[in-house]
Amino acid sequence: MLPELGHFALILALCMALVLGVVPLAGAARNVDSWVAVARPAAWGQFLFMGIAFLLLMTAFVTNDFSVAYVAQHSNTLLPTIYRVSAVWGGHEGSLLLWVFLLGGWTVAVGTFSRHLPTLMVARVLGVMGLVSVGFLAFLLFTSSPFERLWPIPADGRDLNPLLQDIGLVLHPPMLYMGYVGFSVAFAFAIAALLGGRLDATWARWSRPWTTTAWVFMTLGISLGSWWAYYELGWGGWWFWDPVENASFLPWLVGTALIHSLAVSEKRSAFKNWTVLLAILTFALSLLGAFLVRSGVVTSVHAFANDPKRGVFILMLLAVMVGASLLIYAWRAPQVKSTGHFAVVSRETLLLGNNVLLVVAMGSVMLGTLYPLLLDALGMGKISVGPPYFNTVFIPLMVPLLFMIGIGTLARWKQDSIGRLEQTVRYTLAVSVVIGALLPWLLFRSWEPMAMLGAVLGVWILASALLDLRLRLRNSAGLWQGLRRQSRSFYGMVAAHLGVAVTAIGITFSSYYSQEHDVRLAPGESHVMGEYRFLFEGISEHEGPNYTATRANLRVSKEGQRDVVLHSEKRLYKVQGMPMTEAGIDWGLTRDLYVALGEPLGDGAWAVRLYHKPYVRWIWLGSLLMALGGLLAAADRRYRLKRNVATEAAS
Amino acid sequence: MRIFCLALLLLVATSAVASIGVYEFETPEQEVRFKRLSEELRCLVCQNQSLADSNAELALDLRRQVHTMILAGKSNADIVEFMTERYGDFVLYRPPLRAATVLLWVGPFVLLLLGVVVLGRLVRQRASGTGNDDAQLDVAEQKRLEQILRRRGE
Repeated sequence: MLPELGHFALILALCMALVLGVVPLAGAARNVDSWVAVARPAAWGQFLFMGIAFLLLMTAFVTNDFSVAYVAQHSNTLLPTIYRVSAVWGGHEGSLLLWVFLLGGWTVAVGTFSRHLPTLMVARVLGVMGLVSVGFLAFLLFTSSPFERLWPIPADGRDLNPLLQDIGLVLHPPMLYMGYVGFSVAFAFAIAALLGGRLDATWARWSRPWTTTAWVFMTLGISLGSWWAYYELGWGGWWFWDPVENASFLPWLVGTALIHSLAVSEKRSAFKNWTVLLAILTFALSLLGAFLVRSGVVTSVHAFANDPKRGVFILMLLAVMVGASLLIYAWRAPQVKSTGHFAVVSRETLLLGNNVLLVVAMGSVMLGTLYPLLLDALGMGKISVGPPYFNTVFIPLMVPLLFMIGIGTLARWKQDSIGRLEQTVRYTLAVSVVIGALLPWLLFRSWEPMAMLGAVLGVWILASALLDLRLRLRNSAGLWQGLRRQSRSFYGMVAAHLGVAVTAIGITFSSYYSQEHDVRLAPGESHVMGEYRFLFEGISEHEGPNYTATRANLRVSKEGQRDVVLHSEKRLYKVQGMPMTEAGIDWGLTRDLYVALGEPLGDGAWAVRLYHKPYVRWIWLGSLLMALGGLLAAADRRYRLKRNVATEAAS
Repeated sequence: MRIFCLALLLLVATSAVASIGVYEFETPEQEVRFKRLSEELRCLVCQNQSLADSNAELALDLRRQVHTMILAGKSNADIVEFMTERYGDFVLYRPPLRAATVLLWVGPFVLLLLGVVVLGRLVRQRASGTGNDDAQLDVAEQKRLEQILRRRGE
């Protein structure tokens, strides 16, 4: 009974979405107030029914209702309750329901927190989001309903994919989807502004906190995924350039370009057409990501779904939404006034440079991701495009980008000169180059040029941020007063840029100075790697709730430090019969020790993989800083102070 | 009990012998080559994993193969050729430059060039001041401004 109610709730949500997608937009076009007023109630109604459907599916999981096919495929009576909850988004149908539910949530949030915006604008934004919602709800209902029944009812379920039975993957999809779906808000604002013919700085200001918030979620989602891959897949890697990872990275790259170009549109009222195009592109890439992950065209570590019908539906959805928005763009964009000028040397130019590099980086990653699929589809042979390709094209684009962070934040709007910039950064740059170039030698006794380059860039970003702060405080009475006078968005920018520096240093040092030894160890034997001695104490057997584990105990000792015992497990999940490796990690700010148990080699000996990974934590620490920066920027006071002014101007 | 454990541990510690690597090499340089090759070759039966990242039978076999060939003094090019002859380009994570992959390798440069050209033109256009100034309001904006000013004046 309950699953049918869930299905019914989804149908009602679709009806509400249709009302939301049609009536307010028509009302805004024809100036009918009562139609426009439908927007908020319809958004709430839609969200309510989505919420009911979501809760009912969750109930089915928690109560082990295996008459529901989706539950039977992704859960089991032995599965711990927390994973039964997260199993809701452990498969195709449920993650789509989560997607739709979050979209409803964002729609309601926009309706609630945009009371200070002109009514017509809000109606249009909600209307566009309603149309997006229609597309996804139809996809859910017509191709992938999570409430389908199963007959005969199986005695037990097939269990959740063991890879997903982990806290990292409990949180990763909701975060990532919040990002994907959040970019639809930026998209809706852009389309609404185009429809209303008012593409001005105010639009950019309204859209900014939403876009930044979506970007924050996306950043957290991607880094959670990468952290999970690091400790769960058992190979010590944190980014594989897997098509499904790339699917989330593409919108992130363009989303990053978008938040920078929105800054120019708000502050200087420039690049408006370009910003709108970026907003459309970001959303289109989110849909492309959904297509890549959900259609199963990519057979990769993450792709669990496989059904061509679904792929075709998303492709059509993508074509219709992108096609329609580009048409609106072509129709309206020429009417947008071209904007005030800026000199060749100016912050505008540098930000445009940032956009070019990020978009080119996105294009290259997309090329590498789609190329093998296209060749295969055209029957021109099967090739693999992997890390060697992506690193070759991606890193050279990031080097100038990171360098420009330091210059861009110090350059003046509208007009600056090379001479002044050079004078400003001269000493800072020189000091950064010296310190950065020495760092690899000081820490690792190495003169590896690429590691020096990475360190120089990291130090340069940090030093230029300090210089920026010093210049801003030059005219204030006291240090404390000056610090307090800076806006939250300034601190947000600094934190995010420092996050980039921290991540860059983490990536550089962990890729150049990681040590990895594959060794054969029998109980009682030990292996020395650098300053650490790994003693294999032996194997013990363990029983988990739904798996059995062979656990290796390794005692790691270093002179002058307390020993740590690391456990690495090989688990066999009973229901799916799938083996999994649990790595044993001793984490630290400057290094991780990582052990993974391999295969038994006979005579009680095992293959064991040992890693020493310096600064690898910095990769995720940096992304936390980026996210923190985004939150600070989105919480800037000016977005709330403008409330009164905007209300007044609109009335 | 604790003393017993300690004694056992001591015993174990003293009897600890230096471990043997799963793969033995004559020079560290060979080991580096092995690591690099097994990261750049694809495990063909896996979803998307390199030889280094997989425990599949085939991956183990191919790792052993790479190891043997390195010890036999074969160069990287020899090994890659051996692998592609058997398994095709699919085994290489670094796609070779061929007619079908020209676009893949040239694409990023073309994109960058395009980006730089567009950037250059746009910036020059803005700098030469062909765009209208923002300070100029259109008729509707002018009206709204007057309205607001009037209301403030009341």
